[in-house]
Amino acid sequence: MKAIVTVIGRDRVGIIALVSQLLAGRGVNVLDISQTVLQDYFTMIMLVDASACTEPFASLAGELAAEGEEHGLQIRIQREDIFNAMHKI
Amino acid sequence: MINRGEILETIEMIDQQHLDVRTVTMGISLLDCCDGDPEAACRKIYDKITRRAERLVRVGEDIEAEFGIPIVNKRISVTPISLVAGASDCEDYVCFAKALDDARRETGVNFVGGFSALVQKGMTPADERLIRSIPRALAETELVCSSVNVGSTKAGINMDAVALMGRVVKETAELTAAQGGFGCAKLVVFCNAVEDNPFMAGAFHGVSEPDTVINVGVSGPGVVHHALRAVRGADLGVVAETVKKTAFRVTRMGQLVAQEASRRLGVPFGIVDLSLAPTPAVGDSVARILEEMGLETCGTHGTTAALALLNDAVKKGGVMASSSVGGLSGAFIPVSEDEGMIAAARSGALTIDKLEAMTCVCSVGLDMIAVPGSTSAETVSAIIADEAAIGMINQKTTAVRIIPAPGMDVGDTVEFGGLLGSAPVMPVHTESSAEFIRRGGRIPAPIHSLKN
Repeated sequence: MKAIVTVIGRDRVGIIALVSQLLAGRGVNVLDISQTVLQDYFTMIMLVDASACTEPFASLAGELAAEGEEHGLQIRIQREDIFNAMHKI
Repeated sequence: MINRGEILETIEMIDQQHLDVRTVTMGISLLDCCDGDPEAACRKIYDKITRRAERLVRVGEDIEAEFGIPIVNKRISVTPISLVAGASDCEDYVCFAKALDDARRETGVNFVGGFSALVQKGMTPADERLIRSIPRALAETELVCSSVNVGSTKAGINMDAVALMGRVVKETAELTAAQGGFGCAKLVVFCNAVEDNPFMAGAFHGVSEPDTVINVGVSGPGVVHHALRAVRGADLGVVAETVKKTAFRVTRMGQLVAQEASRRLGVPFGIVDLSLAPTPAVGDSVARILEEMGLETCGTHGTTAALALLNDAVKKGGVMASSSVGGLSGAFIPVSEDEGMIAAARSGALTIDKLEAMTCVCSVGLDMIAVPGSTSAETVSAIIADEAAIGMINQKTTAVRIIPAPGMDVGDTVEFGGLLGSAPVMPVHTESSAEFIRRGGRIPAPIHSLKN
């Protein structure tokens, strides 16, 4: 199952490492990354494959959000289908 | 990979513009729960609901977590209880409402709708018993909703039922006086009620529906408002196009959630209801959309035209986004549940008469309106009759959900809290309609009902 991870927050060293490590530890494979920093504001979008994820999707989403909060970031994982449904015919 | 801008736009819609799925509603037929013994019937009702909807809340929460889209309510609608209770020999149907409420508690859903009767042409003894049980049923249960259909384009308006409903509304308010007449917030009087409406308080599961079905109601006034801000000053053709495009996206999301819920629960997908359903939160108001179009305050001249444009564009945008559109589908204008409507009503710009005009072009009717506690039952009936007439002649659904707030007068505000918000008490005409209501009988169906 493909999903989109979005990370939004103030830029600092190690954000990509933090998120990638979290995902790798749970068997989630990163397929594509795009990131920008605009006026110290960090936005990263990752396309990931969560089919081999070692835990239920909902708890993965919860862990990412909690980890993000701890580091002053909004980290979200959402199934890709929602974006396809809203933006593609 | 999907366009980066589109991903961030979706997240902004959810985070800042209150985009959500308002409800996933499971319709459950209770026709197989009829029993001569009311206790046995109630047991069957409880068993069937708790069995069929056992996983509804959990599945809803899973979908929320996986798609990152809030599903605000999970609800259940059932066969109009007058049809089920009619088989039993009891006089008082409150026990049926309690069975529904018990099942609601067990399944963890937010509301159960369907303590209902369809009496547009006449009342069976069961219909009448149900209607007379409404005030106590709503006072003695927590979150059971009731609706009565008193008219239709095909049948005309049952004015005996209209007269009775005026008294039922008053009695319901009095029995729940301690909560500002909260019982009335759970009671809708319809004309041309639809059988697949997922929204409360008017949801019931029609007899032509399958045994179980999943219907989804979307929301999104905040998203439409935001989109219109980007086209300030453009002509109204552009406004309509913008609303259409936004409604399309919102509905696609609803369709996805509906299909997913249907698949996981193993229950057929029914419809997506395209309604713009506001909440009392700032930034989630239908009134503010109308003001964004260029009105100083919702309720001033031009409001009906702006609402007509909005309602139509929502439908046009949504209809291609879903394989099956139904329910009420349009813009809701519940006064207490819409921050902009509350402000407009409080300032005096929005009156009941203007709201009545607005209901000619929106998807439902006079919704969540508080009126003085001294309003007579006949006046409430007359308000219901006016709305039913608009629905009957215009071949559309109309409804009245009105709260004659006990002990309150114009200038006071009834606080309901949560999604139901707060309602400023609005003035009604004090001249009597009693003689008209007392006549009873039936207003015949209009000539354009004869289509065959």
